[in-house]
Amino acid sequence: MKSNAAAFGIGALFALGLAVSGMTKPSKIEGFLDLAGAWDASLLFVMVGAIAVHFIAYRIVIRQPSPLFDTAFHLPTRRDVDPRLVVGAALFGIGWGLGGFCPGPGLVALGSGSLNAVVFVAGMTLGILAEQVVARTAASRRPDLVRRSSP
Amino acid sequence: MNDFTPIPALLGGALIGLAASLFLLTHGKVAGISGLYGGVLRRGTSDRALRFWFIAGLVATGALVRSLFPAAFATTWTATLPLVLVAGLLVGFGTQLGNGCTSGHGVCGISRLSVRSLVATATFMATGFATVFVMRHLMGGGR
Repeated sequence: MKSNAAAFGIGALFALGLAVSGMTKPSKIEGFLDLAGAWDASLLFVMVGAIAVHFIAYRIVIRQPSPLFDTAFHLPTRRDVDPRLVVGAALFGIGWGLGGFCPGPGLVALGSGSLNAVVFVAGMTLGILAEQVVARTAASRRPDLVRRSSP
Repeated sequence: MNDFTPIPALLGGALIGLAASLFLLTHGKVAGISGLYGGVLRRGTSDRALRFWFIAGLVATGALVRSLFPAAFATTWTATLPLVLVAGLLVGFGTQLGNGCTSGHGVCGISRLSVRSLVATATFMATGFATVFVMRHLMGGGR
């Protein structure tokens, strides 16, 4: 229970960060992606702020013997750059540019009740389910290609 | 519309970095939103409950911020709803295929100096820049 409550609170803090930084507005995302227009560098500053904190905190936290609510850390270990990574990221970037939403801001904006966010999250949900079906089908044909779910 | 807001951006970014760090401290996992949400949708995920509660925290905070500070959300939209649906499909499919989004690869992965995340972030930034260039400057009009 404490574990789920912590997850809820941390999700809330994450959302607060997105709202404070202005990233819940697609116009801020589009402004950043519009290099040839009136470029808005705000998103770059969000990344710098987030990475500055996490770069240091990550190195302190992983020195702990275990997380508070788990027996071990679960961090990605893959180093290989495969076509799925690049094609997936490329498709994500196209969708990001078209809608001005990535998953986090889309879900926060869903809570605001805006119709655009509802439609975006509906599309995103279908896209995720579609990829999971494709991955399962591929895995049953080629069991040697085991998928992993985290970055 | 495209006012540069460096101070709120840095401050909000720091809160995002803090949230990612706390999630690592409490649950030992990457705070990647696409991965967490994908796990909520996948049957049989062992930590489905905590993933659900993290996402619930995001959505609930959206509702709270909407009532206290509505200016955090857009009131006018440039993209049409069919385009937003297509955008959602691409974001959903792409982030699952590529194992991450702006948070998982862009924030958490780069902080760990993960080569995969650096490549993914460079890739989605590049196609994002290209997409907005095509939509705004080549096709124009619609947005």
